[in-house]
Amino acid sequence: MDTVSNDILSQKRETPGRILEIRRDFPILNRVIQDKPLVYLDNGASTQMPRQVMDTITAYHEFHHSNVHRGVHQLSQEATDLYEGAREKVRSFIGAKSTKEIVYTSGTTAAINLVANSYGTANLTKGDKILISNMEHHANIVPWYMIARKTGAEIVVIPIHDDGSLDMDAFVELLDEKVKIVCVNHVSNALGTVNPINEIAVLCREKNIATVVDGAQAIGHFPVDVTDLGVDFYAFSGHKMHGPTGIGILYGREELLESMEPFMGGGDMILSVSFDEISWNELPYKFEAGTPPIAQAIGLGAAIDYLNSLDREFLESYEQQLLEYANEKLSQIPGVRIIGTAEGKISLNSFVINGVHPHDIGTILDGEGVAVRTGQHCAEPVMDRFGIPATTRASMAFYNTFEEIDALADALLKVTELFDVTD
Amino acid sequence: MLLTNRSKNLYQEVILDHNKNPRNYRAIENPSHFAKGNNPLCGDKLDVYLTVDENNVVTDVSFVGDGCAISKASASIMTTLVKDKTIDEVHKLFEGFHDMATGKIEPDDDPKLRRLRAFSGVKDLPARVKCATLAWHTLDAALKDKEIVSTE
Repeated sequence: MDTVSNDILSQKRETPGRILEIRRDFPILNRVIQDKPLVYLDNGASTQMPRQVMDTITAYHEFHHSNVHRGVHQLSQEATDLYEGAREKVRSFIGAKSTKEIVYTSGTTAAINLVANSYGTANLTKGDKILISNMEHHANIVPWYMIARKTGAEIVVIPIHDDGSLDMDAFVELLDEKVKIVCVNHVSNALGTVNPINEIAVLCREKNIATVVDGAQAIGHFPVDVTDLGVDFYAFSGHKMHGPTGIGILYGREELLESMEPFMGGGDMILSVSFDEISWNELPYKFEAGTPPIAQAIGLGAAIDYLNSLDREFLESYEQQLLEYANEKLSQIPGVRIIGTAEGKISLNSFVINGVHPHDIGTILDGEGVAVRTGQHCAEPVMDRFGIPATTRASMAFYNTFEEIDALADALLKVTELFDVTD
Repeated sequence: MLLTNRSKNLYQEVILDHNKNPRNYRAIENPSHFAKGNNPLCGDKLDVYLTVDENNVVTDVSFVGDGCAISKASASIMTTLVKDKTIDEVHKLFEGFHDMATGKIEPDDDPKLRRLRAFSGVKDLPARVKCATLAWHTLDAALKDKEIVSTE
């Protein structure tokens, strides 16, 4: 993620033609909101789907739908092939060694709950510690609290610096022999910080500590290779990478998944069932009880195909340009303070405006067609850390334009005029 | 500044004024009624204090809290309206306000709502109705607690 040189910054920004072309794949970006063109800057909450993904899902429903792993008839075989084909696409996309390591879930939250319940319950006893970063989303906090309560393990918080980066010195000091699990996000949804996952994983592997990484905010922004990162568990959601909702992935190192008991029981996750004895299905199926989200998994596969068809290196550097442009624009608005300024962060800006509550900002921006997220972003500990009740968050994706950042800035100026904000 | 009509309807001068200079923004020592209100969705927090005399008349009312302009202005205007009213009158005002904020009645339908009409704009914004009604719900809870206590 190279920074853009200053001479480019001072030029008037025009969105590259390649981006305008990509935008044509996303029909929703043509919406009009309150008589203004939609400016969608809530990609941290959910990204939009390209037509290619919608077409794949529709084609599945029109031609191939059936249940998977069950029938001998043709449709069931086709559905199974598409569904398992998508799993292989996921494996290759994140650099896992085997499809046995790719568990379909309903999303990041379900994936982390699976690890907490299955791995956590079996590997934690009274007095053990779970380290959780101060910048976690509630999805990587609450399941661990529930397991800590059950097992008697203790939650210990890894502190963060004022710029929103993880305090790695404090982290290293916290790594004592009682620590069994470390939970950290790859990218903070509230701050945009990119955490040094590889460094964390190496330190943990040396001490036989399991790493559970929430990758929800990373997966849509830059390439992720779980083997290179060296993590034990990595969770993400389809709808944060231009796929559908209702599908997510738990990557788990095969050796660990093998050792774990299933979290949910039901059909498709067993080899044989009698009332005396049950044996579990092989990986990854022992973690996939019941009829899975078939269309959504196939849609996720299509999202991966779509992302692979793009020049991701270009998109990554373009998103960094968007971020720099947004920083520059926001700095010109009176009373604005950006929360989270860590080096190398993704294209996301959380900010507060002196004396104006984020919900008022959000409502006024919505009136201008600009969609942002306001509130605590399911990360209350982050808000407490910075002593603020909430923030406004503009989170960008590769299809956003410089003109949209201008629209955001114009709308924010209306807010500061209305509320008479001074610096 | 060219704001959309919707924002202009919502952020009227009276709301901006009460947001900036909230009335009766203080705690009451030894209130006869008190309740904490919060909207976990957005983190808004509001404490409402009341002093009600033996004739069920609100002789003093105040609030302290953090929230958006809508919730703060609503709390401020509420305190100016319920003072010197009987609990019955307060309940009727709350009902009228609630019906107006949720679009069941128009502000012109009821002369009591004249000074609350600035909030009629929230009916178009379901996500913001709770901001406008938080103070009133908290006041209602405070008064209900007292009613329970007084029946013992």
